[in-house]
Amino acid sequence: MSGTELLYSALRAPDKIHSMQRIIERLCHNYQRPVRIMEVCGGHTHTIVKYGLDQLVPEQVRFVHGPGCPVCVLPQHRIDAALQLAAMPDTILVTLGDMLKIPGTQSSLQQARATGGDIRVVYSPLDALTIAQKNPEHRVIYFAIGFETTAPMTALLIEQAQQQKLANLFFHINHVLIPPAMEMILSTPECSVDAFIAPGHVSVITGSDIFTPIARRFQKPLVISGFEPMDIMASVERILHQLNHNEAKVENTYSRSVTSQGNRKAQRLMERYFEPRATFLWRGIGAIPQSALQFRTEFADIDAEVRFAEHCPAPAPESGHGCICGSILTGQAHPQECPLFAKQCTPTNPQGSCMVSNEGACSAYYKYRRDQ
Amino acid sequence: MNNRILLAHGSGGRENQQLIQEMFVDAFRNPTLCAMDDASVLEMGTMAVSTDSFTVSPLFFPGGDIGKLAIAGTTNDVAMRGAQPQYLSAAFILEEGLELDVLRRIVASMSKELTICAATIVTGDTKVVPRGAIDKIMINTTGFGRLIKDCSVSRIEQGDHLIVSGPIAQHGSCIYAEREEIAISGLTSDCCCLWPAVKTLLDEDLSIHAMRDATRGGLSAVLNEWAQQTGHSLMVQESSVPLTQQVEGFSQMLGIDPYILACEGVFVLAVAPQDSARVIELLHQTGHNHAALIGTVTEEKRGAKTPQVILNSAYNTQRLMEFPSGEILPRIC
Repeated sequence: MSGTELLYSALRAPDKIHSMQRIIERLCHNYQRPVRIMEVCGGHTHTIVKYGLDQLVPEQVRFVHGPGCPVCVLPQHRIDAALQLAAMPDTILVTLGDMLKIPGTQSSLQQARATGGDIRVVYSPLDALTIAQKNPEHRVIYFAIGFETTAPMTALLIEQAQQQKLANLFFHINHVLIPPAMEMILSTPECSVDAFIAPGHVSVITGSDIFTPIARRFQKPLVISGFEPMDIMASVERILHQLNHNEAKVENTYSRSVTSQGNRKAQRLMERYFEPRATFLWRGIGAIPQSALQFRTEFADIDAEVRFAEHCPAPAPESGHGCICGSILTGQAHPQECPLFAKQCTPTNPQGSCMVSNEGACSAYYKYRRDQ
Repeated sequence: MNNRILLAHGSGGRENQQLIQEMFVDAFRNPTLCAMDDASVLEMGTMAVSTDSFTVSPLFFPGGDIGKLAIAGTTNDVAMRGAQPQYLSAAFILEEGLELDVLRRIVASMSKELTICAATIVTGDTKVVPRGAIDKIMINTTGFGRLIKDCSVSRIEQGDHLIVSGPIAQHGSCIYAEREEIAISGLTSDCCCLWPAVKTLLDEDLSIHAMRDATRGGLSAVLNEWAQQTGHSLMVQESSVPLTQQVEGFSQMLGIDPYILACEGVFVLAVAPQDSARVIELLHQTGHNHAALIGTVTEEKRGAKTPQVILNSAYNTQRLMEFPSGEILPRIC
């Protein structure tokens, strides 16, 4: 890496950011009312708050934070399933780090691990293969989470497990899909979102065309963005330009990574193992049709939800703790409006899921804006 | 000697004695240690004392090893108090089966590091624990130093300049990358003894109010602790904080804030404004070529209930420098 300019330097250069800031100021010069731009992806929330981009745009431009954190939207009964699966004898539960702290109904995986549960955190899903190989006398359950971004990695893990004929590796699939959630948010009567900064990593897999029906149906500008400050600023500029011209279309300012068709190979891999669920409960939002993936029926023998069905509780009403995660996830409230924010609810002792994951909006505000 | 540590090496018998003599006394040779009494007698005035235990995986990493860490880590803590590190104790807990060659390399590294800060090991201990009880080796060192200038967080004043002695987060990034087998060429630990630089600073009459090495928790932990302990907010210019390109690339790739990653050879100073230029000049002269002024101690609390560490970005926007908490995890989406 040394000796070469880091690829993102140009996407952070202060002079470029400031000239884009001036363009944005000019574009909303005549705006009487606020423009509410929802960024769907937690990575975007992070960039906006970390770099203070909300301090750079005129006051008419309001960033509202969407449901773009796969850990945050996971309902309690799925966490409870993870806890119950981990409590089965001779079982190793494998998951990603962010899952550890998220509270279920009674406990969290972190607490379960401290009291003897064999819960292992991996950085790459493929590490689950090694764990299964090294522990043939244990059943190993990979608790899969994430949006379209990480689902192909889970599919690849399944493919390799099948090729190696690993009989002790099972999967609990919690992959959720972004477009149905965006449609759900736009369909609610109280929705005040004027435009979307559409997800970057998700679009790398799905392609940008997947969002065209949403832009058309709801008549909202939708701009796919990367994660650097300049990406977000350029996307805001595109959105304002569309609004000024009464346009509502999909644009892509992240063309260095996102194509119109996406990653076909990854899509085929996902399609081989997964199909959409009839419905999936999103934490704080509610049931959204066709908004998550499940195993195709021919893979029932490795599907933890089928094999260990008695340990996977059915969807149940959430115990709220008084936090307003649902309103935050749908862009109707700001993290600092929650009465628990930075008081009872902190990253060390999260009450709601938006505080758990690094990508959660509450976590970003706690990290970078607490007390401000 | 056999080529591996056996439980017998810790039993107090002949093997134990042979290990102590051939491995440790030979390497750390000095009159006090060679007396081989139950305790060593030291003549010292006002002292600074610090103790630390070291466990690291992998034992050897680019830029250092556990032995170098065990000497640098403890002598640095003593030096940060404005004291000259002079004497150390060293206690080794060894896992049965540890290769003697590995131990020899570690001990040689400690010996080399001791020379750099002109300190000696005056007492030691060895224990061997059954295989699996620990991961290869743990070392505890306690350092004793003669107090030269009383540097303490309690002396920090409003208006003080904040200086960092070199590029941050190199040790943390290097170890993380080694553990996760992420290959980034040139990612090296900054592990080193700070005493030579500190001595040069203390030799001149400069208003250095406080020094702290940015070990676990990195720059952020030092500054947040200073804010809490002094009641002053600190304002840091993000673009002034020195970072190597390797560390910047690494932390970007994993989505980890470099401010919370450990250093093992970088320290932060709070200095009266009139002396900050000279302090930076002296640091440059002692090989800390990237030492830089990164911020100031302010009164301004920006409506906050508690003092904060505020990062001012290159875009002139502000955010908090987060206090590290929980496990460091890479981004998943």
